[in-house]
Amino acid sequence: MKWDWSAVSDFMPHFWDGLLVTLQILVLGSLVSFGLGLVWALLMRVPSRWVTWPVGVVTEFVRNTPLLVQLFFLFYVLPEWNITFSALTTGVVAIGLHYSTYTMQVYRAGIEGVPVGQWEAATALNLPMRRTWTAVILPQAIRRVAPALGNYVISMLKDTPLLMAITVLEMLGEARLFSQQNFQFTEPLTVIGVAFIVISYLASLALRALERRLAH
Amino acid sequence: MPTDTLPNPEKSPERSSGELIRLEQVTKRFGDNTVLDHLDFSVDAGKHVTLIGPSGSGKTTILRLLMTLLKPDEGTITVDGQKLFPATEKERREVRKQIGMVFQQFNLFPNMSVLRNITEAPVTVLGMSKDEAVERAKGLLDMVGLADKCDARPAQLSGGQQQRVAIARALAMRPKVLLLDEVTSALDPELVAGVLDLLRDIARTTDITMLCVTHEMNFARDISDQVLMFDSGRVIEAGAPEKIFSEPEHDRTREFLSAVL
Repeated sequence: MKWDWSAVSDFMPHFWDGLLVTLQILVLGSLVSFGLGLVWALLMRVPSRWVTWPVGVVTEFVRNTPLLVQLFFLFYVLPEWNITFSALTTGVVAIGLHYSTYTMQVYRAGIEGVPVGQWEAATALNLPMRRTWTAVILPQAIRRVAPALGNYVISMLKDTPLLMAITVLEMLGEARLFSQQNFQFTEPLTVIGVAFIVISYLASLALRALERRLAH
Repeated sequence: MPTDTLPNPEKSPERSSGELIRLEQVTKRFGDNTVLDHLDFSVDAGKHVTLIGPSGSGKTTILRLLMTLLKPDEGTITVDGQKLFPATEKERREVRKQIGMVFQQFNLFPNMSVLRNITEAPVTVLGMSKDEAVERAKGLLDMVGLADKCDARPAQLSGGQQQRVAIARALAMRPKVLLLDEVTSALDPELVAGVLDLLRDIARTTDITMLCVTHEMNFARDISDQVLMFDSGRVIEAGAPEKIFSEPEHDRTREFLSAVL
């Protein structure tokens, strides 16, 4: 095996394009999963089976089917019903939806971890239900689970290459394209491998800093 | 106190007789365990009533029913002439405005500063302006001796300080009824006196009706107009503190008092 630095420098412009797309998927996908996961978690607390049952079935289904299948489904099947999005949008929605079924469980644990006395104090002060959630329960619940949510961001990073399957040119997609055109596989794959490690490492540093801040 | 606390005979005849809280035939069960058994009792406005009795006798359950943290299985509860049970949630919200509670575990909101713990409900529930709420909160913090702790987080305070903030938080809503649920039980012994002194002051200087569950018999003797002795979900003896503590009529009361005094 021969290492060719000129292949690295040839690949770099494509790498930056791919990195940008990967980070876009990661940031937007995280936001979708955080938002949607909270919606699921709150809906599961509605005291009516007409709400909790369908939400439970849908999220259970999404959690227990492969992300790759969901990507293909959204990308190839939805257009048959005349619903079309760009590959990137489809990918972000799919990965965000998939991870929302995990973050909902994190939120649930966080909400259940808020002591019952907090609910009682809110009732004693006659706070409206909405205000109890937004000012008392959720701030405490989210604080408890922020580190666990962060772990899912790192997990999600490692799933972003799956979007290559629906033609999104994130880092792996760029590397594969470059490899096929130039018959140089080692350099681009090594570069993106290192990039994944660096992003994960930086993310876990940020996460640890966040945990330290929340501990006080 | 503002004029709206004056009795309105047309709306609620009970009030003219001074009765503020009324429980009629109230039953509360937890599974097979009947904690309150067709209980009747009433409290007059401005009175300080202490509930004593062995644990599990239903004292705390009464406070929690009045705060609507629990629902009775049977019976009616009326506060200030308005139904608390049975009633719609909307009606209960109205009645609840008159009731404040201080808990054994303080239950301050840890995500808010001390000041915001106190201003939160006046602003969001009573619709008070922020400035006015802050002014009221600072006055109350001054009264409980914690004027310098406005910006502290609850976790930075001692148990006794947290409980004094919790008392200020309850008073900020200007309730007619204050429910005190074993408010010193979770405190280190050296912090108990500060909280009890504060409550004595409040009992002496305000006309808030107080319902108090406590194991501090000296405190009960000091502040109470009436002491109710509970056993197995019933009031077995009621009377002025001098009478209950000095010459109890009931054997169970005598046994209980000799065990705790």
